[in-house]
Amino acid sequence: MAELKEELKGKIIEVLNLEDVAVEDIQDDDALFGDGLGLDSIDALELIVLMDKEYGIKLSDPKQGKSIFQSVQTMADYIAANRTK
Amino acid sequence: MHTTSFITKIVHLHDASIKVGGQVVYEGEKDEPFAIFAKQAFKYLEVDYPKFYKMDALSKMAFLGAEYILQSEEKEGLALVLANRSGSLDTDVRHQQSIQDTANIFPSPATFVYTLSNICLGEISIRHQLQTENAFFVFEEYPADFMQKYADYLLVSAKAKRVLCGWVEYFQEKYRAVLYLVDQNGQKPHTTENINELFES
Repeated sequence: MAELKEELKGKIIEVLNLEDVAVEDIQDDDALFGDGLGLDSIDALELIVLMDKEYGIKLSDPKQGKSIFQSVQTMADYIAANRTK
Repeated sequence: MHTTSFITKIVHLHDASIKVGGQVVYEGEKDEPFAIFAKQAFKYLEVDYPKFYKMDALSKMAFLGAEYILQSEEKEGLALVLANRSGSLDTDVRHQQSIQDTANIFPSPATFVYTLSNICLGEISIRHQLQTENAFFVFEEYPADFMQKYADYLLVSAKAKRVLCGWVEYFQEKYRAVLYLVDQNGQKPHTTENINELFES
């Protein structure tokens, strides 16, 4: 799980072009939206694509996103339980 | 229609160089990729605006030009009128490439949102909190006469107090921006001849 979380942080930084943010700057429980990393709605869509492309997870219900994308921890938990690749 | 308007400030951006009023204010390495040049030119401004890094090349260039020309300028009532030749083609191509392989389609929403050339006006407006008129036109060459009339119409009809006009062309590493401010006060008359002259330097 620790490895997955580190990998996820790296992918988030890369995919969302988070300049000046390093893997070490993101804590597992940091909020991804709002006061945390300050991501926006387009970033949320990019995270949905990332889940599909990298882990084979298709999120069809937008309501799921709110709980899945709370933090790296919640994302990693969901990926570990639902990944197909 | 007759109005008295003036070109008060100009910025040129091309070949990894930015000039304001003919003076070089930032210069990168010759032949460096636009992405590197844009990033360094932005960092040189010491502006805290992470959204810049998410923009496409056209928006980055328009944003940088606006940032350099609007320093110390009054933004109230500032309208935006820009033009280019390629529209958003550079980003359109990148988006198209991401959906080329039917067995592996993962289009990026962050790329897709920039497949409209007027998005760069939105980026400038958000940055400077402009709630004013803006328009983006696609022409083969800079339409000096059209732009002169359009900017003067905005001033004469009191839709704007000043207008940021110009050319922001980007396609696959070939880029050039020429932006200028049009105001009701100044020294250099806002004529077609004077506009064309800006593009000769």
